[in-house]
Amino acid sequence: MMEYFLLFAGAVVVNNFILTRFLGLCIFFGVSKDFTASAGMGIAVTAVLTLTSIFTWLAYNYILVPFDVTFLTTVVLVLLIASFVQLLEMFVKKFTPTLHKMWGIYLLLIATNCVVLGVPLINIESDYTLLKSIVNAFGSGVGFALALVLMASCREKLKLADVPKSLQGLGIAFIIAGCLALSFFGFSGMITE
Amino acid sequence: MSVEIEREQTAKKLIVSSSPHIFANTSVKKIMWTVVIALLPAVIFSLWHFGLPALQTLLAGGLSAVAFEALTQKILKKRITVNDGSAFLCGLLLAMCLPPGVPLFVPIVGSFIAIVVAKHSMGGLGYNIFNPAHIGRAAVMVSWPVLMTTWTPMTTAVDVTTSATPLNILKLQGYDALIETFGSHAELYKALFLGLRNGCIGETSALLLILGGIFLIYKGIVDWVIPVTMIGTVGILTWIFGPSGFMTGDPLFHMMAGGLIIGAFFMATDMVTSPITRLGKVIFAAGAGAITVLIRLLGGYPEGVCYSILLMNCVTPIIDRFIQPKTFGGKEVSLKNDK
Repeated sequence: MMEYFLLFAGAVVVNNFILTRFLGLCIFFGVSKDFTASAGMGIAVTAVLTLTSIFTWLAYNYILVPFDVTFLTTVVLVLLIASFVQLLEMFVKKFTPTLHKMWGIYLLLIATNCVVLGVPLINIESDYTLLKSIVNAFGSGVGFALALVLMASCREKLKLADVPKSLQGLGIAFIIAGCLALSFFGFSGMITE
Repeated sequence: MSVEIEREQTAKKLIVSSSPHIFANTSVKKIMWTVVIALLPAVIFSLWHFGLPALQTLLAGGLSAVAFEALTQKILKKRITVNDGSAFLCGLLLAMCLPPGVPLFVPIVGSFIAIVVAKHSMGGLGYNIFNPAHIGRAAVMVSWPVLMTTWTPMTTAVDVTTSATPLNILKLQGYDALIETFGSHAELYKALFLGLRNGCIGETSALLLILGGIFLIYKGIVDWVIPVTMIGTVGILTWIFGPSGFMTGDPLFHMMAGGLIIGAFFMATDMVTSPITRLGKVIFAAGAGAITVLIRLLGGYPEGVCYSILLMNCVTPIIDRFIQPKTFGGKEVSLKNDK
């Protein structure tokens, strides 16, 4: 149990995808202008990450490895994830229109996000079991959501600030991201596997 | 007395103006220089404790911060406000969190990052999300980790021969080695309380920093809730999660060690980067204390005050978002709640 908890906590803060591995930055800067939107995006990413981690693991261990075609891993994963997200979008649209209203746009954005590909690849590289893969993916999603929400609240606070003209918009967002990453340095070396 | 003079006098008594009517005789300038005065005992102690290197670092930090602020405001064509002391205070606090004897470029680069990147890029005084001094320190810590953890021997070292800080000894050699180095528990507490130990320039003397902090609380600049909650959280958590099982920790040591006292009284209480409401401040301080303990006991760094305050700085907008002061005139108004 402790092992899984450490894995989860490590994925959330110590190896935070955005702030220590610098993956998934397009969403991080794109959807962090508004607090509510960023919270929705965070939940969507967490859901997609957790679900995709299940069958990318299955596909890798029961198809790619037995047939000895692991060199196709990246291609297969990209295809799998993109088609799954598409499917999920159609499913959500059909069955829970309210959820689709909240998530719809984000789901399509996620399909091409590097975090969604990065997490399964890291799971495969670390030889995680199915349960560990799910925990790691869920933790990574929560960490992603955390960074996104923090970023959005900081950017909202700065909306009223007298930011120099040349830095307004993305410029100041990058500076905040740098400061956030600096603060997350405090967690480095905390959980070593 | 003629009617006209009387009328004039009543007019003088009845000055009509829009709210707010309560006038507090404070200004940014007054507050900042009061904080500098509150820091002075610790600064003077550090000069005696560490000698010339401390003076160099403190001057380099404070003066370069003032220079960078003036330069930035000139370039941005803003009013130059270095007289208000906020830049000097920021540079001074940054230098107080550096080890004595670092090369002079370290406080200067730190001041640059603090003033230009963390303060003026976000719109200057009052808008910064992160504590500028801590961003500067975190940046130099990442850039020159070796310089930032090289501790030169103290000038006042008489019986303490080690040059490592107490928290470093704790992290690398364990609690027993720490007690052995200082002789006994009482000696350890005495060294920490008076400041006769190694560490960053301004953080060593718990006594003088607490005196400065009490002065600020008395002046109404610092809300006592933040330092009390933060130091209390650290004490309780380190006591619970002791080295040999539950309730075996050494809270007194952890409460006085490292940069906790200076951080809790002078950094976490920064008006710009801490929450507005009382409840928000309690959450902020408790979170900072908990993260400090987490980093000290489990993390890669021996000390976590700087990072914990920065992390809570970025949570502050969320705290302020969800915990808002009650509107005056709404239900359950309590004036005691917020200062």
